[in-house]
Amino acid sequence: MLQRILDFLALPVVETTIWILVVTVSVILSVAFSVLFERKIIGWMQLRKGPNRVGSLFGFWPGVFQAFADVLKLLIKEVVVPTRANKVLFGIAPIIALVPALATWAVVPLSPELVIADIDAGLLYVLALTSMGVYGVIIAGWAANSKYAFLGAMRSAAQIVAYEIAMGFALVGVVMAAGSLNLGEIVRGQAGGPLSWNVIWLFPLAVVYIISGVAETNRAPFDVAEGESEIVAGFHVEYSGIAFALFFLAEYANMLLISALTAVFFFGGWLSPFDGYLPADSWLARPGFPWLGIKISAFMFFYFWLRATFPRYRYDQIMRLGWKVLIPVTLVWIAAEGVMAHFKVGPWKVLSP
Amino acid sequence: MFVMVLFYAFSAVLIAAALGVITTRNPVHSALCLVLAFFTSAGIWLLIEAEFLAIVLVLVYVGAVMVLFLFVVMMLDVGVEELRRGFTRYAWLGWLTAFVVILELVGVIAARRVGVDATRSPVPLPADYGNTHELGAVLYTKYVYAFELAAVLLLVAIVAAIALTMRKRPGLKVQDVSQQVAVRREDRVRLVKMDAEKRP
Repeated sequence: MLQRILDFLALPVVETTIWILVVTVSVILSVAFSVLFERKIIGWMQLRKGPNRVGSLFGFWPGVFQAFADVLKLLIKEVVVPTRANKVLFGIAPIIALVPALATWAVVPLSPELVIADIDAGLLYVLALTSMGVYGVIIAGWAANSKYAFLGAMRSAAQIVAYEIAMGFALVGVVMAAGSLNLGEIVRGQAGGPLSWNVIWLFPLAVVYIISGVAETNRAPFDVAEGESEIVAGFHVEYSGIAFALFFLAEYANMLLISALTAVFFFGGWLSPFDGYLPADSWLARPGFPWLGIKISAFMFFYFWLRATFPRYRYDQIMRLGWKVLIPVTLVWIAAEGVMAHFKVGPWKVLSP
Repeated sequence: MFVMVLFYAFSAVLIAAALGVITTRNPVHSALCLVLAFFTSAGIWLLIEAEFLAIVLVLVYVGAVMVLFLFVVMMLDVGVEELRRGFTRYAWLGWLTAFVVILELVGVIAARRVGVDATRSPVPLPADYGNTHELGAVLYTKYVYAFELAAVLLLVAIVAAIALTMRKRPGLKVQDVSQQVAVRREDRVRLVKMDAEKRP
């Protein structure tokens, strides 16, 4: 009997399904604690305590279950549909926003062995799916039949188209360095300690990628699509209850995703930072998921730090930064990378047959 | 078997979406149906192991072109009734196009019947084969001139589009960012020292 169950679990379809469930549930749980993490960090930066009422673990960490209380509250609230809203699209929009944010995790290499779909065109898949996320925002803004929501949707559309190009160009440099579109290969190409991580040799591209990542996820200081002080809450102003919670979930899942991708593309993914400095059999030098987890948390902290620090960009400044600053920077650095690769400066694997 | 089921499912969705593009009254719904059509055709391409083309279709058309399309369609107030007015006048053009397309389809199927099969039916390729790599290999060697030509053509189109639509309006106020950045406190604020005055 036990053998049968084990055989069933070892079927490729069943195994993949289980991993998909594991990753999805972990992402959703991580979102719950990211929200707490964010509110705590911003609280400390503003000399407050942050949430400290709901639950505690053995008397430590008061407020640790705040996110669950929030979700429960949103679940029992009514979903108000505005008059003359397009009901079908209004309902679909949060789902369209959430699905790409979760589906992209399929190709993210979580550890040397674990990646749900180890496909060759992984990086293209990532780009294609992250560009799908904007539909949730646009459809939500249009379907709600509200001027503020519509303004938010329009802002978001223009902003995401602008920053996607910079993001794509930044990744062209990564592909050139790794010689592969497979995310696992990209990580393996950075083996050999922090000095051979892409962030050293592709520093301008890494900066561009991080900035466009913040812009793509509509986070402060690029959160003009929400812009509380200008257009109330932008595209999700008419959403309430669980529909709003889904948008919230999508935003944080996207942040986690961009953090993971930044780690994979530029900071060596699951590689250990002590790799090459300590003996290879020491546990600190071993590659694995914990390193990726630490890197993701660091970038999440960076996101929250940005939010607590910077005022919102003005809309025309966002456009200027995207088109006139970031894209030229990436173009110049891709050319520089080509020249360096030609003269065999740097750790490039590709372009030298 | 499973692939066949998927193929028919995708095809059904694709045909429904394509019909939706031309039958729905609301232009935004039409655009969204077109997005769905692109997405399902990408799915069909994936089934014949053309993963690069499929993903690029989603990336370029769904991710960028259709976003701009939706952007414009949502902003414009398209009067569908007005557009319908010319329907019968131009109907012959539509019929002609449909006829030519059907003729071509029949030609393709007939060619396969008589044994002139230009398209090799997709045999399962080895697992380490990736057509991204293969496409890159021929695109930058064998077809490099055609590729560069297409790129230049696109560049010309971009420049032309901007040149045709850009106009200089008189009295337009523009901010010079380098000036803004270069501003110092002394340019803007003047501290005036004065003695305290007694409250009246």
